[in-house]
Amino acid sequence: MTAPAVPMPTPVVTTGSVRRPRTRRNVELALLIFAMIVVALYSASVEAGMIQKVTPDFWVPIGATFVIFLGMHFAIRWLAPYADPVLLPAVALINGLGVAFLRRLDLGAAAAAERADLSPFTGDSVRQLFWTAAAVVGAVVLLFLMRDHKSLSRYAYTLGLVGIVLVLIPAVLPARFSAINGAKLWIKVGPEDDPFFSIQPGEFAKICLLSFFAYYLVRKREVLSLAAKRIAGIDFPRARDLGPVLVVWLVSLMVLIFEKDLGTSLLYFGMFVVTLYIATERVSWLIIGLLLFFGGAISAYFLGASIGGPFANFYDRANIWLDPFATADTTGYQLVQSLLGLGTGGMFGVGPGAGLPYLEDYDQYVLPAVHNDFVFAGLGEEIGLFGLTALLAVYLLIVERGLRAAITVRDSFGKLLTGGLSFTLGLQVFVIIGGISQLIPLTGQTTPFLSAGGSSLMANWLLVAVLLRVSDAGRTPVTLGSGGGGVVAPPQKLAEIPTEVVR
Amino acid sequence: MNAPLRRVGVVVMVLFGLLFANLNWQQVYKSDDYRTDDTHNHIRVQAQEYERARGQVVVDGSPVAKSVETTDTLKYLRQYPGGAAYAHVVGYKSVDFGATLVERMENDFLAGTADSFLDDRIAEMFTGKESPGGNTLLTLKKGVQETAYKELRDNQIGADRGAVVALDATTGALLAATSTPSFDPNKLTIHDSGAVREQINKLEKDPDKPLLNRAFSEIFPPGSTFKVVVAAAALENGVKPDTVLKGGSGYQAPDTQQVIRNAPGVVCPENITLKQALTVSCNTAFSRYGVEQLGADKLKEAAKSFGFEEQTTFTRDEKNTMNVAISETGKMEGPDGNVDRPALAQSCIGQRDVKMSPLQGALIAAAIANGGDQMRPYIIDTLQADARAVYHAQPSVLRKPINGDVAAQLRDMMTNVVENGTGRNARIDGVQVGGKTGTAQNGDAPDHGWFIGFAIKDGKKIAVAVLLQNAGSGGSAEATRIAGEVLKAALK
Repeated sequence: MTAPAVPMPTPVVTTGSVRRPRTRRNVELALLIFAMIVVALYSASVEAGMIQKVTPDFWVPIGATFVIFLGMHFAIRWLAPYADPVLLPAVALINGLGVAFLRRLDLGAAAAAERADLSPFTGDSVRQLFWTAAAVVGAVVLLFLMRDHKSLSRYAYTLGLVGIVLVLIPAVLPARFSAINGAKLWIKVGPEDDPFFSIQPGEFAKICLLSFFAYYLVRKREVLSLAAKRIAGIDFPRARDLGPVLVVWLVSLMVLIFEKDLGTSLLYFGMFVVTLYIATERVSWLIIGLLLFFGGAISAYFLGASIGGPFANFYDRANIWLDPFATADTTGYQLVQSLLGLGTGGMFGVGPGAGLPYLEDYDQYVLPAVHNDFVFAGLGEEIGLFGLTALLAVYLLIVERGLRAAITVRDSFGKLLTGGLSFTLGLQVFVIIGGISQLIPLTGQTTPFLSAGGSSLMANWLLVAVLLRVSDAGRTPVTLGSGGGGVVAPPQKLAEIPTEVVR
Repeated sequence: MNAPLRRVGVVVMVLFGLLFANLNWQQVYKSDDYRTDDTHNHIRVQAQEYERARGQVVVDGSPVAKSVETTDTLKYLRQYPGGAAYAHVVGYKSVDFGATLVERMENDFLAGTADSFLDDRIAEMFTGKESPGGNTLLTLKKGVQETAYKELRDNQIGADRGAVVALDATTGALLAATSTPSFDPNKLTIHDSGAVREQINKLEKDPDKPLLNRAFSEIFPPGSTFKVVVAAAALENGVKPDTVLKGGSGYQAPDTQQVIRNAPGVVCPENITLKQALTVSCNTAFSRYGVEQLGADKLKEAAKSFGFEEQTTFTRDEKNTMNVAISETGKMEGPDGNVDRPALAQSCIGQRDVKMSPLQGALIAAAIANGGDQMRPYIIDTLQADARAVYHAQPSVLRKPINGDVAAQLRDMMTNVVENGTGRNARIDGVQVGGKTGTAQNGDAPDHGWFIGFAIKDGKKIAVAVLLQNAGSGGSAEATRIAGEVLKAALK
């Protein structure tokens, strides 16, 4: 399909103009300040809801996050001046809300009388604050080291190998080092029940694997685009070209079986199939991918029902999904509580700080895992459908801006990498939020930028760094070449310069 | 590659659209189901309930149940300033163990969720203030209720268990209802469920069963108080108060070797009038009359007309939340279907399988005092939402067991019991007091002491029933004395 000239978010140099394209960094700063004001208002209303007054130091955690993001903003001015101005504020809004919500949970866990005096430097919120700082530093370092995203392709095989290893480590490790709530997705250090330190290597594997996929597919896209048969207007690939898809499919199934996690499996496979589709422009790959995935999942369900074993976990989860209230007190408890929280929130929510994720009198969480997997349900009880919809819109904005960066960047590797990462981010949001709201079977994914936890924050901020770098590359005016700043060229033409990728 | 990238953008939008649609389903369509799901969402349903100050239960202008604010997750704590004296009428509203009696019967109103609060709820949506639930004004009289509880608890013969019921005979309004031993409802409403569970276990294990409501929910052999019903049946069937019956010191019913005798000290000649037989409580005259003249059917019919064998409920309590027990006359037929005459003979003096609740006793006395019209008993006088009355009780006739003449004759006979017979302990100067004592055997356990009666003064008609369970010797005399005190308090 021949695409028309790409619509740019900001008018770059047009014919005859000598005006330098604007970096839009001040827009970013303004949006960032606006995002932080939203978070501060949220924090204030949390305190109003929980301790009936707003304490003078309510802004401290938000101020700290603002300082961190401001640092990121200046780093972008320096390292990626033409980067998309919406990405940082959007991510900062979600990350800031995450910190503020954890602060709300800290307040909730404290005795009512001590809430007003609870130090802003305790609990999960401050841990999340440190992780945010570390993740932002990581993102800045990546921006600094990776001045050109194409340099990633040089390490494609290494990254691919690292990705596979990261995915497989938890599967290979004994359960006591890798399982949390049945899903083997972790590397835990320290005591089994209360690990001193635990990381989710799969979060990092996403970026590594995508770099490899993008590199591999750019090289193989001609071959993979070859059509063998045309059925119902759709070109299907040759059987011998199915190899890589089948390999990734098998790996995904192994993740499903050995790491007992549908979400991660869906994430890797969806990531690969969509990158494949972007590279080849063949819808048939999407169809084959969907058939393989659903075929695999349905087979796993029936295998779980008949022979159990490694498939049993998936079978149980699917049954909980089909009727959570049947096992409301046991295996369905989490999902039931999530739904009850969401339903109680209703359209407008019960108000920040007024929900019941935690019961002080009983010293227990009504909504289990409200810090990470169920953070969206906990928020949903308090900010309602309207608040959640706004949050979803911000996520969608990040994904679509990422895809836009993919469209504007000129090289195939960048397009594939950025398109794949953006889609993966969107898919992850879909998997976890679909899971906690009973749209699809529940799996233990983190909610990007919102859940408590270092691995997820770190990996997703690195992802954002890549998006920023690529959007910067796409929007930086080209000074070389003929035409004096004629940036916009038919993209498919640019994409047909494979040598640029492997250089 | 840009075309597929755009399509991927559309795919992500579709995925997010699915999330949005599904959140609409869960948060809008299913919202009410989830919010009010008391089985699974109990904690939130409960917290919601405790968001609002529950209404007061009021007796004579002062609260006997109220809610005070706390700093717990459950914002209000239920307290009972009236304590144990009112526990068997007001009941309790616990956090995890339900509600009882008035607290349960008027729960929707007290909690503010009844339909009559619709205006308030709409106003709340704009003002954001949680308005309290409605106040429930009881018919109880503080003086009567507290006299009844105190006299019963501190009775002079050391009976641990008992009950008092007092009614306004002209309206059916409950003036006092108490049961001993009672319990402190304040200990059952604290927010520490473990402590409440412990307290309930303790009360349930207590051999005296303090949680039992002996005033309404338990039935006991009525003994000689049942002779009032037999006398009513006799008068309805043409017998006059001065009709001479056959009495004597013993009566041996057909088909049995057992002889019914009079209580020690009762003087009952061979020929005795109905009035005199009631006054001295002559067993032989009533048994013989029942077997030889009245018959089982007519006795049962008379008892039924007073409320035996029927579910009596208080006004506004169609579901019998107040847990009124059905009084029984029991079986008086043998295996062959014919009348079991020994059983009938015993039933006529309130033994065998005849069982009556103290409330039923008071209702019998009330019907007699009120000219034969038995008013429907009620506890709720007024329901107030925002100080405006949304309900006010309207007395209604429940049954017409006897006509006015028979009622007058019975009043006269029962007044004679108090003035000249076994009920002297209930006498009040300047007041017409009538009644009937009872001493009921129940197996090998000590006898129950009973008194049912009324006081009439200046158009005021008060009915009362007092039970001292297993009080043994002197029980009915003490019950009679307590009844006198309660009647005196009611006429003040």
